[in-house]
Amino acid sequence: MATLYTVLTDFTQWLMDLIAAILDWTKLGILSDLGDWLQSAPVVDFVTTLLVAVIYLITVMMFALCFIWQERKFLGRFMDRRGTQVGVLGFFQNFADGIKVVLKEHIVPKDSDHALFEMAIFTYLASTFMLFGCIPFSDNFYVIDVNLAVLLGIAIFAFGPFSILVGGWASNNKYTLIGGMRAAAQLIALEIPLLLCVVSVVVLTGDLSFVGIVAWQEENIWLIFPLCIGALTFFIAAIGESERIPFDLPEAEAELVEGWATEYGDIRWGLQMASDYFRAYILCALFTMLFLGGWAGPEFIWAEAWFLAKTFIVFFFFIWVRAATVRIRTDQILKLGWRRLLPLAVINLLIAVALKVAEVF
Amino acid sequence: MSQVIVYDKPDRSEEEVASAIRAKFPSVELLKVAPRRLHFRAPRESLFELCKFMRDELAFEHASCVTPVDYLDHFTVVYHISSWTDHILAEVQVDLPRDDPTVDSIAPLWGGANWHEREAYDLMGIVFKGHPDLRRIMLPEEFRFHPLRKDFIVGRRV
Amino acid sequence: MTDEMWINMGPQHPFNHGLWNLRVKLKGETITAAEPIIGYLHRGWEKMVENRAYPQIVPLADRLCYGSSLSWNHLYCLTAERLFGVEAPDRAKYIRVAALEMQRITSHLTWLMAVGTDLGSYTIMTWSIRERELFLDLLCKLSGARMTYNYCRIGGVRNDLPENYERDVNRTLDEFDRRLRDLEALMDENEPFLMRTLGIGKMDGRTAMNLGLTGPILRASGVDMDLRKLDPYEAYADMKFEVCTHTDGDVYARYRVRMDEMRESMKIIRQALAEAPAGPVRVKVPRCPPKGNVVCRVEDPRGESLMYMVSDGTERPYRLKVRSPNFVNLSASPPMLVGFKISDVPAIMGVMDMCIGETDR
Repeated sequence: MATLYTVLTDFTQWLMDLIAAILDWTKLGILSDLGDWLQSAPVVDFVTTLLVAVIYLITVMMFALCFIWQERKFLGRFMDRRGTQVGVLGFFQNFADGIKVVLKEHIVPKDSDHALFEMAIFTYLASTFMLFGCIPFSDNFYVIDVNLAVLLGIAIFAFGPFSILVGGWASNNKYTLIGGMRAAAQLIALEIPLLLCVVSVVVLTGDLSFVGIVAWQEENIWLIFPLCIGALTFFIAAIGESERIPFDLPEAEAELVEGWATEYGDIRWGLQMASDYFRAYILCALFTMLFLGGWAGPEFIWAEAWFLAKTFIVFFFFIWVRAATVRIRTDQILKLGWRRLLPLAVINLLIAVALKVAEVF
Repeated sequence: MSQVIVYDKPDRSEEEVASAIRAKFPSVELLKVAPRRLHFRAPRESLFELCKFMRDELAFEHASCVTPVDYLDHFTVVYHISSWTDHILAEVQVDLPRDDPTVDSIAPLWGGANWHEREAYDLMGIVFKGHPDLRRIMLPEEFRFHPLRKDFIVGRRV
Repeated sequence: MTDEMWINMGPQHPFNHGLWNLRVKLKGETITAAEPIIGYLHRGWEKMVENRAYPQIVPLADRLCYGSSLSWNHLYCLTAERLFGVEAPDRAKYIRVAALEMQRITSHLTWLMAVGTDLGSYTIMTWSIRERELFLDLLCKLSGARMTYNYCRIGGVRNDLPENYERDVNRTLDEFDRRLRDLEALMDENEPFLMRTLGIGKMDGRTAMNLGLTGPILRASGVDMDLRKLDPYEAYADMKFEVCTHTDGDVYARYRVRMDEMRESMKIIRQALAEAPAGPVRVKVPRCPPKGNVVCRVEDPRGESLMYMVSDGTERPYRLKVRSPNFVNLSASPPMLVGFKISDVPAIMGVMDMCIGETDR
C-alpha cells in the first residue's frame, strides 16, 4: 500500500540520487563522498520526515483555519446574522486577517522583560505546532507514530500554561499578570480530569498510540458508548483547556481586556489567537480519536475525510456551547474542575477498569 | 429575603409636613405649597439640622438633587429632597453670600448627595463643610475656574 | 498576588460602555475598594444651554443619552412647559406616553445587549439588538429618526401619529411578546448566566435609598418606588400597570425587574394608543417664559431624572440643572463592588445601564 511515507521516500531517494549523480560528475573526491552520504538511509529518512512534517503542518493549519471560518459562520447563524462575507462563503476573511496582523508593527512594552516576553509567545506557539506532529490524520498520514504518542501529546499540551504564565508576567501589565495566573490555575484544574479520561481509554484499549487506540475501536466499539461519562468530562474539560467561552477566563475581554496576550501585537498576537483554534482543533481531534473511533468509517470516502468530518462535528458542539452560555468566574471554574469533573473522571476510570477486568471486549 | 417596601398611599399631607417643619424651625420660610411639592427657604445655619429632622422624623429618604445657582449678587443652593413615603418633593433654597460660599454638607445624611455636592463644588465653587471627599469631579484637578458661574465667559481661553 | 494592587479599568476598556474609569483595588482577585472616575465626556451641557434659546435646547436634550434620547427630550419639554405655564393637549400626552414607553423598551434592550457582551455571550447581544430594531422602526415611523428623535416640542409633540400606527404597534407588540419569551429563556434557563448573576452585587433597600439609587436598581432591592405612580406626569395617572419589584437586590433581581418592566411597558403602549383622545397635538407657547423657577422629575428608564430650570424672563434659560439617574447610581457603585471578584465587575456595572453621555453631561 502506497502510503504518504513510501511515496515521499521514493521521491527523496530519487532526489538524492540525482544530487549524488551531479556531485559525481564534478569528479571531486570530497563532493562524491558527500553524494554517498546523502544517499545513505538515515539522511533519506530524515529528509522524508521533514517533508512529511511540512506538508502535514500546512494541511493541518489549513483545516485549523477552517475552524475559525466554521466558528464565524456557525456563530453567526446562532446569533441570527450571516457571519463573515469576505470572498467565497467568507473563507477569505482569515487570509485578510492574516495579512493584516503580519503587516502590523511589533511593539515591545518598554518596561517588560524583553527576553521572556519574546520567548513566552515563541514557546507557546512552538508547543502548539509540536502537537500537530502527534495527531495523525489516518493510519497512513501522520508525522510520527511513537508508542507513547498519547502521553507525548498530553505532555506537550501541558506545556502551554507555563508559557502563558511567563508571558503574562513578562509583559509588565496587571491584566496580563492576572490573565496568566488564571490560565495556570484553570488549565491545571482541568488538566487532571482530562488526563484521567485519557487514562481510562488507555486502560480499556491497552495501547498508548493513537493508531492502536483507533484500531481497537474499529475492532470493538466506539468508546463513547461504554465511556459516555468520560466523553462528557473530556468534552467539558476540553472546552476549558482550549480557553473558550464559557471558560475563557484567561482572556476574558470584559474584565481583562485581552488577558495574558494584552501586550502582544502583530503576527505574535495573530498566531496566539489562531493557536487557540489550533488547540481547539487538537482537542477535537483527540476527542475524535479517543471516543469517536478516529478515522474509522465506511470506506466509500477516505479515512482522512471521516476523521475531519468527525472533528468538525465535535467543534460544532464547541461553537454551540459558546453561543448558548456566558462566561463563568474563575472560582466557579476551579470548583467545577475539582469538585465535579474530577469525581466524574474517577468514576469513569473505575468503569473502564471494571470493563477491562470483566473482559467485556 | 425581605419584604417589598410599598409606597402606595402617602402617610402625611403636604400641609402636615409643612407645619411640622415650621413648628420645629421658625426661621425656615415656607415659600409655596403645591400638590406633591413643598418649597422652603432656609438660613444656611439651620440647613443641616433641618435636613436631619426631615430625614429622621419626616421620612425623607432620598436626596434627589443639589443645584447651585449663581444670581450674581449671591449664590443659591437648591436642595431637592424626596419623600417616597409621603410622595413629596421638597425644595429647600439656601442663599449664600458671594464672597463666602460655604454651607454644611448633607452628604453625611444622604449618600446620594455626595457626588452632587462634588459637582456643585467643581462647577460653581460652593464649599461644603463636612463633605467626606470634596474634590473636583468633572474637570481636572488643576483647573482654576468654576465654569458654571455667571462671570465665567464662554469661549474665553483658560 | 498577596499584595493589594490598584487596577484602572478604563477610560478605554472593553467593559465600560462609554468613557469612564473604574479604579478597583484588588487583593488576589477580590475587590477591596473601588472608585469610579468620571468627567472624560464632560461637554459643559449645562453651560451650553444657558446660551441657547428654549426651542434650541430640545435637540440638545436628545444628546444627553443616545440610548434613551426621547426621555430626556420629553423631560426638557415638560419642564419648559411648566415654566411657560402651558400644558400639552391631551392627545399629545397620550402620544408621549406611548413613545416614552417604546423608548423605555429600546433602552432596556440596549441595556440587555450591554449585559450580554459584558458577560461574554454575544448571542444575548445580537438577539436583543434584533428585537430593538422592531421598536426603532416604530419610533422612526413616528418621528423620522432612529436614535435622536427630537420628537417632543414645548407645548406638545412634533406631529400626530402616522396612518395605521396603532395597528402597526399592536402587531409589533404581539411579535415582541413572543420574542421576549425566547430571550428570557436564553437567560433564565441558562445555568452559567444564573451562576454569574445570583447573589452578586447585593444591596438592601434602605441602603440603596440612602445612596440615592433610583429606578430598576432600587426596585430590585425591594422598594416599590416608581415616579410614574408616585408623582404622575403626562397621562400616567390614567394608565393601569404594575410596578415591578424584586426583593433580592442582586444582579439577577435587577435583570428580572427590567425584563418585567418591558412587559408592563407593552401594556402601557397598548392602553395609551387605544385611549388617546382626538384633538390637536401641539399648542403655541410664548417666546419668553415668566420669571421663576420650576422643578420637574420623571421616571427615566434608568431611574429618577430631574430638571431644575430658572428663568430670568429672557428667551434663554438662566440656569438648567440636570439630575441624571446614572450619575447617582454610579456614585453608589463602590459598596456593591467591594467583596466581590473582579469577574463580577462587568456583571454589576453592566446591569447598571451605564450611559456616560448623561452622567458627564
